[in-house]
Amino acid sequence: MTREILEALIKIAILFGGLMTAAAYLVLAERKVAAWIQDRRGPNRVGIPLTRFRLFGLGQPIADGVKFFFKEDVTPAHVDKVLYWLAPIVLFTAAVGIYAVIPFGSVLPSSLGLEGEAIHLVIAPGIDVGMIYVFALSGIAVYGVLLGSWASNNKYSFLGGLRSGAQLISYELPLGLGLLGVVLMSGSLRLEDIIGSQARSGVWNIFVQPLGFIVFAVAAFAEAERLPFDLPECEQELVGGYHTEYSGMKLMLFLVAEFVHMVTASFLMVILFLGGWHFWGLTGWEEAVDLPTAVVRIGVLVVKVLGLIFFFMLARWSWPRFRFDQLLNIAWKALLPLGLVNVVVVAFWIEYGDRLASMVGLANKVLMAGVGLVALVVAWWAVTWADPAAVDNRPVRWSAAETVAGRGEDV
Amino acid sequence: MQTDDQQILWIEEPELGYSGKSYLRLFAEGMTTTIKHLFGPKQTIESPEERYQPPDPLLYRGVHRLNRDEQGRVKCVACFLCATACPAHCIDIVAAESPWPDREKYPESFTIDELRCIFCGMCEEACPVDAIELTSLYDLSGKSREEMIFDKEKLLSVYDQTKDAEPMRSKREPLG
Repeated sequence: MTREILEALIKIAILFGGLMTAAAYLVLAERKVAAWIQDRRGPNRVGIPLTRFRLFGLGQPIADGVKFFFKEDVTPAHVDKVLYWLAPIVLFTAAVGIYAVIPFGSVLPSSLGLEGEAIHLVIAPGIDVGMIYVFALSGIAVYGVLLGSWASNNKYSFLGGLRSGAQLISYELPLGLGLLGVVLMSGSLRLEDIIGSQARSGVWNIFVQPLGFIVFAVAAFAEAERLPFDLPECEQELVGGYHTEYSGMKLMLFLVAEFVHMVTASFLMVILFLGGWHFWGLTGWEEAVDLPTAVVRIGVLVVKVLGLIFFFMLARWSWPRFRFDQLLNIAWKALLPLGLVNVVVVAFWIEYGDRLASMVGLANKVLMAGVGLVALVVAWWAVTWADPAAVDNRPVRWSAAETVAGRGEDV
Repeated sequence: MQTDDQQILWIEEPELGYSGKSYLRLFAEGMTTTIKHLFGPKQTIESPEERYQPPDPLLYRGVHRLNRDEQGRVKCVACFLCATACPAHCIDIVAAESPWPDREKYPESFTIDELRCIFCGMCEEACPVDAIELTSLYDLSGKSREEMIFDKEKLLSVYDQTKDAEPMRSKREPLG
């Protein structure tokens, strides 16, 4: 018993420390990438304190952290004190708590573990409702945002909170539908098992369910509140959205929680669709591993996650923000039907796939990949044809004929 | 909004087409632009190590200088045209009777408040004897407001500092 607690505590320490360090350095990476895309160089001055070594600005996160610690923590007079303090705590706790079930590798070999047991590289191994736990906590994160916006007693914050509530709740549906296909395929809600089933077959879920991946990825972008879906906090419209009234450490909790959300979204995409720690010819798929393989698996997982985070950062500067009605239209009229199509295709395949494959004479997964691709193209074309995001909300023209006649004369 | 207003010009949005409606074109265009700039040349000048070079120092409007004539005397004849032209009222001249025979007045004191100056170059335009000019020195700084009020000696020293790199922009005969 004590051994298990000790093991869990060590894993928590490693993961939490790693996550916070990663968040700090991801802020630097975000600034660097943003600068490069804008033809600048980005922060490159801060190195080792009190020396002249610059190290390409790698000391910047330390400076940022120190700055945040020493900033005045203003609690405005007009806020609801209890909720104002509670909101960042709720958001941050929920964001970090998700990592209890997220595997950051497969297992460490039994020779390293005490009593000859392999160490699972997840804080709480064997939770059968892992994905439900993730969804429950990301649902609680909405409360953090809503509490913060409501307690701030500020119109901009309130609008940001309203948007956030509508957006996060709407996008949880396509997120869940994208997940449902994966769960149907692997038959388990445990994230380790989902990786395991992909590794065993060697076919990542993105190949057999491309539609599901796209639905899940778009929804994950929206859940992480990143551009082009950062309506809840868009600076140009809402100053800062729900954290307008926050400063100092409480603001930092909000910002770090946002970054952790992005990392979580990347982790989930990698685990559910991109094979987790599996890579062909590098990692193998066996349950028991030796130390080099275990390390390679961790490395593969981390590289995949970092790649997706990099894509998040590129996406931020690539596409304009959606209007709010477009945002909800995409969720309800585009992603939800697409996700349903994916679930139906996967369910159909699980029931009849083997029979069809033997009839055609191809491997089950190969044929499924083809079917998935066809489903993607057809469903995508259908959504394109219906064009749900295009809304002409301009006032009705009084007379089309007269306007055409008068055009260009009066102006 | 009155929809029947004749002044309203109704404009139809350009047709997106299937490539636009499917978001594929937007996706590709946005990503290619981003990637292009990610690896493209950077515009940043790393300031302390790398110096910004004004494209044409003779056209740049930086710190002022008071020019000297061939005998090393201040060229200014204290006509107050620059102080009159100055929209920021940052030039203060005290005129006195000239000790030299070639002019009636000379500036006993000539101060420019560089903090008030907007570097518009009107003083340079106004000067009839090309005594005041703007140099290409752009990074002036000081530890106090008093330090940033440049007097005659300071402005003449700016001339001594810059006369080789930036010769006088025009040569006009002295007045009178």
